[in-house]
Amino acid sequence: MSGEIVNLTEIEKSFGGVQVLSKVSLSVKEGEICCLAGENGCGKSTLIKIISGVYSHDGGQIALNGRTYPRLNPIDSIREGIQVIYQDFSLFPNLTVAENLALSDQVESGRAIVSWERMRRIAGESLAMIGIEMDPDKTVEELPVSGKQLVAIARAVYCNARLIIMDEPTTTLTQKEIDSLFTLIRNLKEKGISTLFVSHKIREMLDITEKITIMRNGRVVAGGDTGEFDEIKITQAMTGRDIGGERFHWSGVDEEPLLRTEKLSRRGAFSDIDLTVRSGEIVGITGLLGSGRTELALALFGRSPADGGKIFRSGMEVVIRSIQDAMENGIAYVPEDRLTEGLFLEQSIERNLFANTYKKFERFAGLLDFKKIRAAADKAMDDYGIVSPDIALPVRSLSGGNQQRVVLARWMSTGAEVLILNGPTVGVDVGSKFEIHKKLREIAERGVGILIFSDDIQELIMNCNRILVIHKGRFTDELQSDCLKEHDLIDRLNAYR
Amino acid sequence: MNFGFGKIAKGEGNIRQLSFITLCTFILMCWLLPDTFLTVRNFRSMSFQFPELGILSLAMMLAMLTGGIDLSLVGIANLASILGAFVFVKIMPPDSPEGVVLVYIAGVVALAVFVGMSCGLLNGFLISRLNVPPILATLGTMQLYTGIAIVLTKGAAVIGFPARYSVIGNGSVAGFGVPLIIFILLLTAFTVLLRKTNFGINLYLIGSNAKAALFSGIKVGKVLMISYMIGGLMAGLAGLIMSSRTNGAKADYGTSYILQSILVAVLGGVKPTGGSGYAIGILIAVLALQFLSSGFSMLRFSNFAKEFVWGVFLLAIMIVNYFTNERNKS
Repeated sequence: MSGEIVNLTEIEKSFGGVQVLSKVSLSVKEGEICCLAGENGCGKSTLIKIISGVYSHDGGQIALNGRTYPRLNPIDSIREGIQVIYQDFSLFPNLTVAENLALSDQVESGRAIVSWERMRRIAGESLAMIGIEMDPDKTVEELPVSGKQLVAIARAVYCNARLIIMDEPTTTLTQKEIDSLFTLIRNLKEKGISTLFVSHKIREMLDITEKITIMRNGRVVAGGDTGEFDEIKITQAMTGRDIGGERFHWSGVDEEPLLRTEKLSRRGAFSDIDLTVRSGEIVGITGLLGSGRTELALALFGRSPADGGKIFRSGMEVVIRSIQDAMENGIAYVPEDRLTEGLFLEQSIERNLFANTYKKFERFAGLLDFKKIRAAADKAMDDYGIVSPDIALPVRSLSGGNQQRVVLARWMSTGAEVLILNGPTVGVDVGSKFEIHKKLREIAERGVGILIFSDDIQELIMNCNRILVIHKGRFTDELQSDCLKEHDLIDRLNAYR
Repeated sequence: MNFGFGKIAKGEGNIRQLSFITLCTFILMCWLLPDTFLTVRNFRSMSFQFPELGILSLAMMLAMLTGGIDLSLVGIANLASILGAFVFVKIMPPDSPEGVVLVYIAGVVALAVFVGMSCGLLNGFLISRLNVPPILATLGTMQLYTGIAIVLTKGAAVIGFPARYSVIGNGSVAGFGVPLIIFILLLTAFTVLLRKTNFGINLYLIGSNAKAALFSGIKVGKVLMISYMIGGLMAGLAGLIMSSRTNGAKADYGTSYILQSILVAVLGGVKPTGGSGYAIGILIAVLALQFLSSGFSMLRFSNFAKEFVWGVFLLAIMIVNYFTNERNKS
């Protein structure tokens, strides 16, 4: 057992009858850089929370540094040197770097009085341990994302970390920052500190890690030395399907587009956007964070309207100043954040399905015809493959994929002709992702024009016939996806970092 | 008519526990006081007491469904009743013939409706257009409406209603008190409104997630505006019953009702965070409190025991709910 920091064997976990982990095994040796890969919703985060003792496991065995824990709690996990750096870093933004670094010492030592001298010493020591120079008197909220990450890493190392688990550490970093993070991870390895890198970015895994474990739908589907893997193999393991040969093709005619914009602008967000979406097309729009892509989506839906340029619907100029305007013009929008912008979690599936179409079911005196609603609900559930025993159950009882389909069904029942989706499959498991893509193609076939805003490159290439790249509020590239390689698009995006 | 009794059977919104405890209270009082509590006279007297609070509680529920609150309800009720009283005292010629009095009474009712809706409109405007948090907006308007009432009356009670007017608060039709009949009608209307109309469902959706409601194209501002107007209307009607029953209108009448109506709404299963609650819960909760206060005053406890007992009752319900919810979870 020499040097195995974490050894999980056949871990089982379920939430409310849904099996989220089944027979998951994973081990990390001292000084190893491992990768835990998988798409959103595959069970990665649950597994991390089990290693860190936040969730208890239902079955299987957990051994940390050779010691078996039947019921691991967070304190034990930390004592064994497991440190998790979550995406939000769990720092105190209003406190200084030094205070953040020394806080756990302050709490642990049980001192009633704060010794500023001691605090600065600890801060200096912990920053030195990872070889970083930083002003300890700055408050954390002033730091860039990469700086916050460094503080979190320094804190973890100072707490005698033996294994640092990083949850999607590169999501919001620039290429340069990613490079220096990787250097830091390699330095930690020299000191015998292991890293478990949780990610879904394939190139980064190949770059930095020595061992890869790939999960899908709560199971480990592949694992081994990184050398044995290449991009295609990883993608296949992650998505569980062959990625070749099923790209979306548009075979419509070049008639008057359903949606066209002319020099559409909104100050400080985007400018001179010329966009066309024809009947049956699926157009993808991608760009880095802050490129103006979400702002463009919201402007087309009237949430934060454009202040310049024109919008044409089927050749007619329309004014879209509010969400109601957009709806009247047959534009639907499936929002980015399903939980805060899309769903009424405590309300029934039925209410979520018909939130904006109840008016269609009014009989005399504004009373609703619940027989018709029931029938329409059954039909929508059937059409969109929403699985639930009862439409009266709260929508929160559904899985992420089912929830997303509810939002999609809600908008399609408005009879929209232009469907805008913002990150349509974020946080959706692979199976549902596939189903949603299939559904989108069906909808396109019926003649609806679809606009997908996404940063999931693979999703765009597979499902769009055209892809537009937005940078600093302007379209910079228009690509036909027929023979576009994933690399090319990623490289293009990276060039803007 | 589906009043939501099915929901009681399913135990949604903790209404089942409340119904059970209300029934227990009733049986306990009947057992302790067979000669005084379990009498027609007592039931008649109770049926005149609780409708005021019941109507205000329905209005409070409406605001709480959307995640808001309306502290100005009693202020609106008093302002409406005082303005009505002025019509009788200052405008209506004394010794008017019967027919003219009836016209004036109708006018006073219309005035109360108008005042209530206008006050509610101001609340709705502050909340939905200026984005003032409901608790602050209605705290402000509560002071405003009460303030206007005090200035108009200089704090004194306005008295001198025509005898006919007291029918609203004290009359009976087929053995049932008029206030009770008004309450039952409003309760029915509320049940239909909340469960059977687009507007009602929109209230729940807004209370559940206002941002998602906005993104779904629900006219959130308009719905909130209307809901506070309906609330104001209800308060105006409650004001009529109050002034008619006590035969006087006063700026600070029934100020304790405001907290009591929140208590009733919460007891009745309305979630303070919004998005959940049934009109039928209001009926059961207000009955429970009425049984308690009538019972305890017959038991010759101190007159002030009412508040204490209601507090204990609320806490008891919360504790029972906590344990049943815990049990359901596991």
